[in-house]
Amino acid sequence: MIELGAGGVAPAFLDAGGDPISLGSAGGLALTGPVRVWVAIVVIGVATYGLRLSFIHLFGLIDEVPPWLRRPLRYVPPAVLAALVIPDLITVRPSVVATLVDERLIAGAVAAVAAWRTESVFATIAVGMVTLWLFRFVVLA
Amino acid sequence: MDKDLRAGIRDASPLLLGILSFGLVAGIAAVEADLTFIQTLGITVIVYAGASQLAALELLDGGAPLAVVIGTAVVINLRVVMYSASIAPYFSAYRRRPRAVLAYLLTDHAYALSVAEYAENEDRDRRLYYLGAGGSIWVVWVVGTVAGVGLGTGVPEAWGFGFAVPLVFLGLLIPAMSNGPKAVAGIVAGAGAVLAAGAPLNLTLLIGSIAGIAAGVAAEEVWA
Repeated sequence: MIELGAGGVAPAFLDAGGDPISLGSAGGLALTGPVRVWVAIVVIGVATYGLRLSFIHLFGLIDEVPPWLRRPLRYVPPAVLAALVIPDLITVRPSVVATLVDERLIAGAVAAVAAWRTESVFATIAVGMVTLWLFRFVVLA
Repeated sequence: MDKDLRAGIRDASPLLLGILSFGLVAGIAAVEADLTFIQTLGITVIVYAGASQLAALELLDGGAPLAVVIGTAVVINLRVVMYSASIAPYFSAYRRRPRAVLAYLLTDHAYALSVAEYAENEDRDRRLYYLGAGGSIWVVWVVGTVAGVGLGTGVPEAWGFGFAVPLVFLGLLIPAMSNGPKAVAGIVAGAGAVLAAGAPLNLTLLIGSIAGIAAGVAAEEVWA
């Protein structure tokens, strides 16, 4: 079955119910159409290439990003990344305690400290996964 | 091997472990989203932008409308427009065709390494340095993704490896919140996405992102 919505953009990976973190438990029901996948891949690929090529190609005609575009673009990385991450770490539950005592939120908070101190994606993954396993297999076991 | 090419590879090498692990996560996520090997190779080579690939896979698997899948991925990749504009003057001496190839390899890391190097070292062969850095990142990314497909379903579910996806984004998010307005953008986007969880058509990410971008622009006004 497919769960829409409950876990933000990642319902298939992180459903809000009793099976919090299992990759792909929802199966691939939505992906029965290979055409749909290929259309997504090609359109996203062409659009992304267009974004990459944009000013490299136009240099000489337009040498700078106009200010009205530059300001919002500056905030794309933190905004998009936070909108991707936070719903995967926080599931709003009936009580504050139930919301905060969540292995994903705790592991995410520890990993955030690692990210801040090391600025390394590898260290962030390693620290976050080990913290998750500690909670899952030791503390809450 | 040419020394400028080698310098690019050398400067990229400290980043390659992170890119390899990101690629592994992307490969596993593709298997879990039931993509075939060719489709996985397709998304990795044609899109070649990790964060947008992972988001697109989750949305495709979740049954989101195509327009939402594409719109979300494009918003995630908008930042490369800034890189394109910033690196364009350095490539202006090259012809159209080599520039088209260089553009394909434009990623966060290739951009950051190359622009820093060009500013510091005027004698560098820019194209070769960039190909060294961007090319090694590309190779490691593709190798990582293919290895991830190989691992794929072999990882026990209890290990919760799906959690590595938000961890990758977290590792990129924290350094991206580098000043006041950018931190505001991140916090508002995160809160907006949590509040919008369950929004129809899987619009959660777009709603959160747009709220965050608007908040960042507004915060910049206040800060200045």
